[in-house]
Formats: sequence, structure tokens, C-alpha cells
Amino acid sequence: MMNSTVSGSPGNSAEPDPAILEARNVCISYGENLAVNNVSLLIPEKKITAIIGPSGCGKSTLLRSFNRMNDFIDTVSQTGSMTFRGEDIYAANTDPVEVRLKIGMVFQKPNPFPKSIYRNVAWGPMINGMRGDMDELVEAALKRAALWDEVKDRVDESALTLSGGQQQRLCIARALAMKPEIILMDEPCSALDPVSTARIEDLLFELKQNYTIVIVTHNMHQAARVSDYTAFLENGVLVEYGETDQVFTRPANNRTEEYVTGRFG
Amino acid sequence: MTDSALSTSPHEFGDVRGDRAANRLTSNNSHWAERLLNVLFFGCAFISVVTTAAVIIILARETWGFFQEVPVRDFLLGTRWTPLLNPKSYGILPLLSGTVLIVVGSSLVALPVGVACAVYLSEFASDRIRQVVKPVLEILAGIPTVVYGFFALTFVTPVLRMILPQTHVFNAASAAIVVGIMVLPMVASLCDDALRSVPSSLREGAYSLGATSFEVTISVVLPAALSGIFAAFVLAVSRAIGETMAVTLAAGATPNFTLNPLESIQTMTSYIVQVSLGDTPSGTLAYKTLFAVAAVLFSLTLALNLLANQVMNKYHEVYE
Ligand SMILES: Nc1ncnc2c1ncn2[C@@H]1O[C@H](COP(=O)(O)OP(=O)(O)O)[C@@H](O)[C@H]1O
Ligand SMILES: [Mg+2]
Repeated sequence: MMNSTVSGSPGNSAEPDPAILEARNVCISYGENLAVNNVSLLIPEKKITAIIGPSGCGKSTLLRSFNRMNDFIDTVSQTGSMTFRGEDIYAANTDPVEVRLKIGMVFQKPNPFPKSIYRNVAWGPMINGMRGDMDELVEAALKRAALWDEVKDRVDESALTLSGGQQQRLCIARALAMKPEIILMDEPCSALDPVSTARIEDLLFELKQNYTIVIVTHNMHQAARVSDYTAFLENGVLVEYGETDQVFTRPANNRTEEYVTGRFG
Repeated sequence: MTDSALSTSPHEFGDVRGDRAANRLTSNNSHWAERLLNVLFFGCAFISVVTTAAVIIILARETWGFFQEVPVRDFLLGTRWTPLLNPKSYGILPLLSGTVLIVVGSSLVALPVGVACAVYLSEFASDRIRQVVKPVLEILAGIPTVVYGFFALTFVTPVLRMILPQTHVFNAASAAIVVGIMVLPMVASLCDDALRSVPSSLREGAYSLGATSFEVTISVVLPAALSGIFAAFVLAVSRAIGETMAVTLAAGATPNFTLNPLESIQTMTSYIVQVSLGDTPSGTLAYKTLFAVAAVLFSLTLALNLLANQVMNKYHEVYE
């Protein structure tokens, strides 16, 4: 129904998991430069989907288009359709702020605000007028992000006093506090040491119970370890998309095989 | 001289030795140039340190002489400043109040408008608009201050007098307004730099939490740029304190212990100009008042700079 070679749906089984995000024939360019080329894919709900591919192949561009973070880059233009639970993310009457409330994001480099740990988590709910016990909300978010035990006695200290790994978990907590349905993660561990990376990977398994996660990673082992589905992009083209096991052990495309076995990229 | 350096026998090297010798010479040359530059730069640094020291010493000596004749108490707490008229009185408060009026008034104009301009430029304006507005700001900052004084007298004061008829011909408000306009470009430009130095990753983080651009600006970008904005404020205030020409033209030369901006006042700098231009013989008490006032001015600006440094250092520690 979509691309000639790659099915948009990862599930090869008879009954694929229900999709929460859908991209159809999406092309994204920076001025003349086509970064994402006719990509169609379904992101299943409450699963971890990994996007892998060599550097510069358009992973970040594609990921950022899901919650309209490319809106801030003047030169970007996009065609094709993208829907969240069947609703057009790019419709004229869609409010990008609402999109980002449903689809949160964690960035490559931890980017906590230069505020206290508490205020980092509470800031989003506060500006969006969330009601209820803020202390409870902050505590719950920090617990979910597996950071609470380390910071419970110092939530009023600046977030910039935390280590890189803690900062990244704080950014995850900050995203969780908004109660999104999807969390997009753009190489969340690339700036972290192996111990912090392992902690975040453990965390991903926990989060999968309640959230849909799309994670970009340049680390094939990480993709193989944490994800349920894997999409392989090359030069902006979706080369292969399927269950992680299958993509890593029996890839349908030999470009994929070369990439995952480390023969290029 | 190269022979001694090339300790091995020169004959073995033949032509190669010649090359080496040439290389040596050029490298020696560059050493000379380097040493010359070193001396030169040291000289420059030395001169600036010496002149600063000389200024401070002269200031201190003459101020000391002044306080031999006028009690410190009378100087700091007196409310009449009439060193050139009888009965003579040496209370600096009128000059201080005049300076405060100009500083506060001009800050009220320059700070909010400057920050608003900067926010617009850095967060909302397109690149094309920025490319036009930034140079214009720099040109505005380069207009001679006497032009602003003239503008105050011929335009701002008449308008003020139309709205508030009790306004004096020479008044602090008019001077404060043009000083505010004068420092506005600098404030806007420096605040713009401060805002733009906030990493875009912070903005993205905020947007990804469903913030609007207004919320991102007010509660993430502005707080993160606070140290730079504060530095811009301090510079603006220092310039307002130091501004002389426009203030003398627009606010007159009446030492007046008041906080009413519609009256004529005199600031510390305009007093210094007034006396320096007059025929006050050196060595007299009236002459020494210059140094006493200058010492106060010096201490004020120094304190301001120290405060700015303090705040910036503290903030930077937290931020990194
Ligand atoms: N802000 C930008 N402006 C112009 N081109 C960009 C921008 N960001 C990325 N690109 C280009 O788009 C392509 C894909 O980039 P990206 O999505 O960042 O790749 P990846 O995340 O897979 O490394 C690259 O060729 C890159 O040079
Ligand atoms: Mg990337």
C-alpha cells in the first residue's frame, strides 16, 4: 500500500499491534536538501520503536516531525501526512502546543532548565495550568524516571548540579510530568557513560507499560536490546522496518544486514 | 652565531648548513619581533595602570585637602550646594539627588523598552529584520550626545510643558528622557546578545513541554539571560551617571535638593563641567570641590562595577 519495498507496518504477524502514530509518504526537506524521502510507517502503541541508520540519514528530522519540533527551523518544508490516533498532526487547525502535550521529547544532550530540580519538573504542568498536588506530581514523575531516591533531599538545588546521567533522567521526568502518550527520544544516551546508559535502558522497559516510545539511536546494540520494532533509514529512505528480532537476525534487505553487522556506517 | 648552535662539524652538512643558517636567522628575527611586541604591550599595560594610579592619587590628595576645610559630615549630609556663592555651603546631596533623578528616569525609559526591543529582535523578528535593525541601533548609539541635548531642549521640553505646564524650562525629566533614548540602543543591543547566547536547546526543551513562545521567552529565556541583561543595565546606569552634555543642556545648572523631575537640577558631572569651564583659580576651596565630587562619582561607578562583577560571577557558577 505504501513504499514498493518496505511495508509501513512493522508487524509481520497476522494481527499487528494497534498503531498510535502514522506517517504516510512523508518527505521533509531543508530548503533544497531532501532529508526524509517518502517515508511511510506505523508506530505501534505502548511499544518501543527504534530508528537506526548512519549519521545524517534523517533520523532526527523524522523524529522531530512527529511533535512538530521542525516548525522552529525556517527552511523546513514537509509533505505527506502524519496522524496521531487518526488526527492530522499538520492540519491547519491543529495546535502544535496540543501536539507536544501528547507527544513529549527527550533530546540528545540533556537540557535541563537553569532552575531547581523541582521547578524543572513542575514547570511544564504549571504553565499548562494543571491542577492537583504539584509536590505529588513532581515526586511521581521523579520516581518514574528512577531519579527520586537520588534527589529527594535536594529538589531545591539547581538541576545543573546533577551529573549528566541524572540530568537526562530529569529531562525524562520533566517529559513524564506532562503525562504524554508518546515520548520521542533522540539518542538520549549518546552523551552518557555506560552506567547511566544502562539505567536509562532499564527505565525504558518500565516506561513501556504506559507509554509509546520512539527512540533514535546510533548504537545498534542498544536498539537490539531495548526495542520491539526497528526502522532502518538510509539517505532519508526507510530501507527496512520490522520486529527488532527479525531486523537484526534475518533482515530482508542486504543494506540492512550490512549495517547491523557493522560493515558500513 | 649559528656555528656555536650547530655543534656538529659544519663541513659534513655542506649546503644543508646554509639552509639551516638561513632558517636560524629568520627564527631569530621573529624572536626579536616577539620581544619587541612583548615590550610594547607591557608598555601599554603599564601606562594604563600608571595613569589610573595617578588619577586615583591626585583625586585622593585633592579630596583630602578638601576635607581639611569642610567636615565630611557637612559634605555628605548637607542639603545645600553653593560653593561659588555666599553664604558658601558644601552639601553634596543636591548633586546626588540630581544624578539619581537622571539615572532613575533614564532607566525607566531605557530598560523596559530596551529589553522589549531585544526580546522582539532575538525571539520573534525574522533574520531580515534583524539585519536591518542591529546596524541601525549601532548608528543610534554613535550620535554625539550634544545632539540629544539639543533635541531635549527644542522638542522634549516643549512637549512636556504642553502636557504639564508647571514644568520648568530646564528640567530633569526632559534630560532623563533623552538620556534614556541615548542609552536605549546600547541596552537593546547588549540584551539581544544576552538572549541569543541562551542555548537553543533550552528553548526546544521548553517547547517540547507544550509551552507557547511567550511562556518560553518569559520563563526560560529571560531568566537564563539574566546575567547578561543585568550587565547591560549596569552599563546603562554607568552611562547615565556619566552623561554630561545632554544633561547640562536640558536640566540646567541649579543644584536643587529635590526629587521632582519637573524642576531644574544639577548633576555631579554637570557641576564638574560648570566649574572646569569657569575661571575658578586652582588651589582654592571651590577648585577642590571638583575633586571631592569626582571622588564620589568615582566611588559610585566603582561600586556599581564591583556589584556587576559579583552578580555575574555568582550567576556563572550556577549556570555551568
Ligand atoms: N537545521 C538544519 N538545516 C539544514 N539542514 C539540516 C538541518 N538539520 C539537519 N539537516 C540535514 O538533514 C539531513 C538529516 O539530518 P538529521 O535528521 O539530523 O540526521 P541524523 O539525525 O540521522 O543524523 C542531513 O543531511 C543534515 O545535514
Ligand atoms: Mg540526529
